Amino acid sequence: MSATTTADITAQIQQQFPQATPRASLDHPALDVPAGDVLAVLKTLRDTHGYDMLVDVTAIDWAEGANPRFTAVYHLYSTTSHNYVRIATACTGDDSAPVAPSATSLWPAADWHERETYDMFGIRFEGHPDLRRILMWEGYPYHPLRKEFPLAGIETELPDPEVAAATKVQVKPAPMAGGPFVASSGEINLTEAEPRAKDESWNEANEKPGA
Amino acid sequence: MATEFAFPDATAKNATGEFETEKMSLSMGPSHPSTHGVLRVQMELDGEVVIKADPIIGYLHRGDEKIAENMTYNQFVPYTDRLDYLAPLANNMAYAIAVEKLAKLEVPERCQAIRVITAEMARISAHLLGLGAFGIDTGAWTVFMYSFTEREKLYKLFEELTGARFTTSYTRIGGVARDVPDGWTDRVNAFCDQFLPILEEILSLLTRNKIFMDRTVGIGVISKEDAIAYGLTGPNLRGSGVAADLRKDRPYSGYEKYEFDVPVGTTGDSYDRYLVRGEEMRQSVRIIKQAIKSFPGGDWYAKDARKIFAPPKDKILTSMEELIQNFMIVTEGPQMPAGEVYFEAENPKGTLGFYIVSKGGGVPYRLKIRAPSFCNLSILSKVCTGVMISDVVSILGSLDFVMGECDR
Repeated sequence: MSATTTADITAQIQQQFPQATPRASLDHPALDVPAGDVLAVLKTLRDTHGYDMLVDVTAIDWAEGANPRFTAVYHLYSTTSHNYVRIATACTGDDSAPVAPSATSLWPAADWHERETYDMFGIRFEGHPDLRRILMWEGYPYHPLRKEFPLAGIETELPDPEVAAATKVQVKPAPMAGGPFVASSGEINLTEAEPRAKDESWNEANEKPGA
Repeated sequence: MATEFAFPDATAKNATGEFETEKMSLSMGPSHPSTHGVLRVQMELDGEVVIKADPIIGYLHRGDEKIAENMTYNQFVPYTDRLDYLAPLANNMAYAIAVEKLAKLEVPERCQAIRVITAEMARISAHLLGLGAFGIDTGAWTVFMYSFTEREKLYKLFEELTGARFTTSYTRIGGVARDVPDGWTDRVNAFCDQFLPILEEILSLLTRNKIFMDRTVGIGVISKEDAIAYGLTGPNLRGSGVAADLRKDRPYSGYEKYEFDVPVGTTGDSYDRYLVRGEEMRQSVRIIKQAIKSFPGGDWYAKDARKIFAPPKDKILTSMEELIQNFMIVTEGPQMPAGEVYFEAENPKGTLGFYIVSKGGGVPYRLKIRAPSFCNLSILSKVCTGVMISDVVSILGSLDFVMGECDR
């Protein structure tokens, strides 16, 4: 196992995997890898280059209409050379059921990270032994970190169907939705970000008109 | 003459199979004193032996990452308090440095030193609670009383510095909220001086305590390989004998200037994790004392970062230019370039990472929080398989997790 310096790791991986392309990054070396090669690249990084720790698996939603819509991101760390490397891959499959390769066969650490990413984005990790929700409850119908999911949340049934049926209580959206200074991602319209521009006659007791 | 009897093997650690008992499933938590918050462990039991343990998390999920996508960088600082709510100052710092990496912004030495001092104080405060709660889990109540007295003193100092005891929200992107008050560093120094003998006393209540050792030595052993493969960090990784500490390996905020040791365990059991935390507090005191001794003067915020750090209040009220600048930062947020960064800081529980994807402007496009407690807990089902129920309590205590951070 040889520790590799940050500068040449992308070059070395590209030499072995010509399909990999350098990814724009402000800090650590990063590579875009086609979904089919991700596991081979991760395995090479772990076994040959000493990146022995999988610190994080996550995803980015590039919003509806983008192609690819979802990017899965794996962060590796080397406990010997103390460097990070970022591997990103465009998810395959359509927008409603994107697919990414699972790293659980290489690191057990991937288990929970991938469950979380599945829970939040709905990305199916191929090869994951036990892909179920982790932060939200079993049976929750949405994937909340997708861009189309509203910040306030959507009214849903309580986790326990029996309790929900007996009490007729629903999980309510957050009352502050659309409140002052709740800016939207990407760009902000100053007029909209200004609290006085908003109709504030509504509050928790009085429902927002038209909501 | 053949013997017609046999005593049961008293050295057998695992009683599975000795009796044919009916399997029982037991839900520990989400509200259980040993789960330190709202963790639920769904267990399958054979007598008192755990044959399967499945941690169920998410009871404290607030959607911090979604919230972050909908507000400016500075507005998110108070949310970082509520990740590892036992060490908010360390979270504040980790987040601020992550965003500063994105902005390619260097903060002055004084600001770095303030952040180091507060982060190490937060580490002491978090470990004190960790040890106290671990003590209670294993039947040693007294430790908690001692450690909470010390935490109270730290809270007084936090309050004086930040205005809040618990949710400090102290850092800003490009600096801190305010400079240290007059004489504050002396009071921190005085705290350190009186703290060391008390720390010895606290640790002596546990280190050679027969009951405590019986419940921790050889319990919940995590091998070096497992610790790395499961992505464990912080004292849990070091307890397993891996000398990984980002303060040494990838120094940030001027940690390279201070001398300190990284304690590592040998066997990776609950006892080693306890020892590592105890020693880390001594090392934190060492760092704080060095930082105070060489406490630099000068600016405590990045002065040239006009589009990132808000100008001083007196200037805002008297000068048009500064008023506009302040207005822009408040309404549109500190202006960041487009790009991706991933930064991890060595927090009390492990490495807290922030992965920020920016499309430019004042709001992150995606902000992922890599929570150490989340990763540290993922090994629970492996460690808890085949142990007694009472050992699960000891293991949970030794992993020292915070659900606010795990569930985000």
